[in-house]
Amino acid sequence: MADNANNIEIKPGDFAPLDKQAGPDNEKIAAPSLTFGQDVWRRLKSNKTAFTSFIVLIFLFLVAFGGQAVYHHDPNDQSPKYANLPPKIPGVNIHGLNGHIKQSGQDVDAYAQAGAGKDVHYTLGTDYLGRDLLARIMYGTRVSLEIALIATLIDLTIGVTFGIYSGWKGGRVDMFMQRIIEILSSVPSLVVMVLMATAFQKTGMASIIAALAIINWTTMARLTRAQTLQLKNQDFILAARTLGESAPKIAWKHLLPNLSSVIIIQTMFTIPNAIFFEAFLSYIGIGISSPQASLGTLISDGQKNFQFLPYQMWYPAIVLIILMLAFNLLGDGMRDAFDPKSKR
Amino acid sequence: MRKYLLKRIFYLFLTLFIVATVTFFLMKLMPGTPLQNEAKLTASEKASILAQYGLDKPIWLQYLIYIGGIFKGSLGLSFQFSDQAVSYLIGSRMGPSMQLGGQAMVIGVVFGIILGAVGAIRKDTWADRLATILSILGIAVPSFVLAILLQYYLGLKMGWFPVAGWEGFAYTILPTLALAASPLAETARFIRTDMVDVLSSDYIELAKAKGLSKFGIVYHHALRNSLIPMVTLIGPLAAALMTGSMVVENIFSVPGIGEQFVKSILVNDYPTIMGVTIFYSALLCLLLLLTDIVYGIIDPRIRLSGNGD
Repeated sequence: MADNANNIEIKPGDFAPLDKQAGPDNEKIAAPSLTFGQDVWRRLKSNKTAFTSFIVLIFLFLVAFGGQAVYHHDPNDQSPKYANLPPKIPGVNIHGLNGHIKQSGQDVDAYAQAGAGKDVHYTLGTDYLGRDLLARIMYGTRVSLEIALIATLIDLTIGVTFGIYSGWKGGRVDMFMQRIIEILSSVPSLVVMVLMATAFQKTGMASIIAALAIINWTTMARLTRAQTLQLKNQDFILAARTLGESAPKIAWKHLLPNLSSVIIIQTMFTIPNAIFFEAFLSYIGIGISSPQASLGTLISDGQKNFQFLPYQMWYPAIVLIILMLAFNLLGDGMRDAFDPKSKR
Repeated sequence: MRKYLLKRIFYLFLTLFIVATVTFFLMKLMPGTPLQNEAKLTASEKASILAQYGLDKPIWLQYLIYIGGIFKGSLGLSFQFSDQAVSYLIGSRMGPSMQLGGQAMVIGVVFGIILGAVGAIRKDTWADRLATILSILGIAVPSFVLAILLQYYLGLKMGWFPVAGWEGFAYTILPTLALAASPLAETARFIRTDMVDVLSSDYIELAKAKGLSKFGIVYHHALRNSLIPMVTLIGPLAAALMTGSMVVENIFSVPGIGEQFVKSILVNDYPTIMGVTIFYSALLCLLLLLTDIVYGIIDPRIRLSGNGD
């Protein structure tokens, strides 16, 4: 080592002055700095399953809420002449989509049998009253989504307010509020919903929304309370208090933004839950009633003819399953995306 | 421990009392009497029928009688089946529901554990992905859709199992499968997440270093520790089974409580609706209490105390 060191000759010419402009660049951060939201979005995009679910959901929302602008068929337009026609898409000759149906072992053109002209075709067939099934599914999906979204919004409001208040107040108030949650959650939620739906004169959107909202908020309240308990002893809250901020303002400006990830994730699981319960209630006959339709009533109607006209149940069921899948998978993805610990 | 138990039992009764009260008054708000179908009765006949159901008394007295009756095990008379006590109705329909629920719970939990464990051990392989897809599908496919599909394809088309009815073990298979899907999926998800954590902990590393077989590690060390928190899942699973039973029993015409409940809702048989509601709540409360006690016994880290949470 020592020999080597002696052998190296360092001349002044070996050194060149650094460009003065290069200096500050050492400190420069090349990548753009991301906000929390951008970071979450980036992680969500890199999760293929969740991102696909996201796209699928956007597509379903567009079709459910805007589909009628493109597909001009009234979901309640009955034409008994054309009842129970199978799906027919002009130019497509795949069994199940060409208007043919198996009757006692033989392939029959159901459209010719019903005396329908060449220009009559129903993309997903018709139901037992001759209503266009595709239009009804779009309409039913919209009703299902509306119910689920409004119910979720309500129980989010109740749950978050209840949770923050309970956690913030602490002490006896908290004890009392927690007992309420405990009592509510030791009753099977479906039983409560059934009771509510029955008590609010059975049918209609409002009664289902109320029934869903009354029972579903407890999980949200529990989560926000637990988070509030952790947050409220932290220094930034103490600082806000010292500065004389009022409690509601602290809750709104400091607690809520910090609770947002918990709330968003929980919402992603509340929505499919609400969709499921709505379909369930409508299926057993105490939910939406005709002429309104939801995915649950469509499945229940389709089930009656399932043996002979399976498409009448399959299509609404597939839409329901895809909705549930997409929300659940997106929820899983969101949970990973919001959790910085799972950063890879 | 005793203080904790007493407190829990007190809350159990408080819960049931509130459930009974709320149900009673909700049902009183509803239109409908046992008379509605028999509009042609004379006034005295009507009065005697109302008296039979105790509906001639003021509401507060009816309420006291109802609450008092619950303590004696009486839940009133059904509107739908004249002269039949609701408690008898529930009792006579409990068997099939309990059998289906029990079978579905066992199948769901056992296969769920296997599915979840396979997913965790073979993490990020095709086996894991298959297990994940199965468990996600189990959550996404509603029990009533699954029941209809099973009934049609395995029952009617293949003819492997009876389509509907209740005449022996073969009749229980399809409804059990339809009911088991959701507990299976929930269990598999739960076990997978938990076992992935457990498998990366230090004592598993130690077991590996000791040269234990893979099966030994998974069975003796990983699975046992994952199973403890599983106990807390039993309550929610039971609630899900109650939900499922309402439609599944209907679809397979099983003479169980769920089927009766839906029927009663559709014909406004309020005493039965009230009775079944209280029964379901009592069952769930008891299960929640039992799981908490069992959890405290098998996991010594959890201490059951009477104060606070």
